[in-house]
Amino acid sequence: MDDVLRQGVEIRLTVNGRKHREVVEPRLLLADFLRQRLGLTGTHLGCEQGVCGSCTVVVDGETMRSCLLFAAQMDGSGVETIEGLADDPDRLHPVQQAFWDHHGLQCGFCTPGMVLTAKALLEENPEPSGAEIREALAGNICRCTGYVFIVDSVKAAAETMASNAPRGESP
Amino acid sequence: MKPAAFAYCAPRTLEEAISLLDEHGYDAKLLAGGQSLVPLMNLRLARPTVLVDINRVDGLAFVESGDEVVRIGAMTRHHTVATSSEIRGASPLLSHAAGHIGYRAIRHRGTLGGSLAHADPASELPCVAVTQSATVRVTGSAGERTIRADELFLAEMTTTLAPDEIVTSVAIPRIRPDEGWGFREFVRKVGDFAVVMAAALLRVADGRVASARLGLGGAEGTPRRVTEAEQALVGSVLGAETIEKAARVAAEAVEPTSDIHGSADYRRRLVHAMTRRALQDALGRLEAGHG
Repeated sequence: MDDVLRQGVEIRLTVNGRKHREVVEPRLLLADFLRQRLGLTGTHLGCEQGVCGSCTVVVDGETMRSCLLFAAQMDGSGVETIEGLADDPDRLHPVQQAFWDHHGLQCGFCTPGMVLTAKALLEENPEPSGAEIREALAGNICRCTGYVFIVDSVKAAAETMASNAPRGESP
Repeated sequence: MKPAAFAYCAPRTLEEAISLLDEHGYDAKLLAGGQSLVPLMNLRLARPTVLVDINRVDGLAFVESGDEVVRIGAMTRHHTVATSSEIRGASPLLSHAAGHIGYRAIRHRGTLGGSLAHADPASELPCVAVTQSATVRVTGSAGERTIRADELFLAEMTTTLAPDEIVTSVAIPRIRPDEGWGFREFVRKVGDFAVVMAAALLRVADGRVASARLGLGGAEGTPRRVTEAEQALVGSVLGAETIEKAARVAAEAVEPTSDIHGSADYRRRLVHAMTRRALQDALGRLEAGHG
């Protein structure tokens, strides 16, 4: 029976645009697969029960908790992690830059989840109110900042992204 | 923690999934969205030896609008239930309640059928399903059957489903234009499990309440309609006084559970408050609709 339980599952998936083909043990969580197998340690594992949000990744375009998915389920999927956000280390994504500029982090543990959740919010709602930002981030726990600078960072990112966005008509 | 080892199966058809459940009985567990099951596995509170993942089974995620009901496939994700215009048009109460489930990342993955089968008393969808008298279609090795929502929930986390039965779809009655609805829940923080929730659905004819549905979740081990409070509403003129009376009746009618999230007495007070607010919202929507 033990052999059956550990029998590997073959998966083919794309992570941050790179194709991977791996054989995984069924119980391997997506978060552990990303960290241990692919070395993408930007995805952090906090509570391992879907509460803290630090393991948030984007699966097929939607934010999800990578501690509540098995790698074995990811065959054919496209996963984006925090490492895939900036195309150039010297040119951060506007949300990352805003967290940097506005001190939206202290220890940094929750930051990958915060950034990916905030990015998803801004893509859908480019001008969120403070209350909307707080509600969107309610599932991401930070034990350092008190959230004020995180909310400031998201507001600042919204402004940057709005000024970068292509206009409907030229002035 | 990490989950205990298990064998993983990802069947493509419903028949295959049922035969796996039939073969492994209580050792097997169905994996839908996994937003409740995987935490339980990570905590080792659940240790299935065979996990039957139905995310690759075709035909379980759909929305079908009928004249009387909207039929929703069991694998429809909470985010779709919350945002689909077809579902919102048929039951804005269901959509609204689905938007209260966990966080966005949870709603992207969690499913309607999974929520019903898991039967957590603090879940939103079971409460709405019972309030609206939804029917649940299930398939097992003995064939297909339809279960009334109020007959699905037996006790906390326990349903009348057989180990080899799979929820395939849910039929939610359409809310009529002359009905007003309300949904309120008390949570410590957005996205938390509700301590108590109330769902109300009212129809008024000739100035009086012609029909009333009031459902509660989180107060007891299973969601249920509070017929005592419904009876107190029917025939009366809907206003602050009748709403207060119905809320009081509801609070007296329940036998609340007591746990770390709230004592029985605290829950009883919440039943009063949530019922009053849900009824006020229903009244407000009726007035707006007829105004």
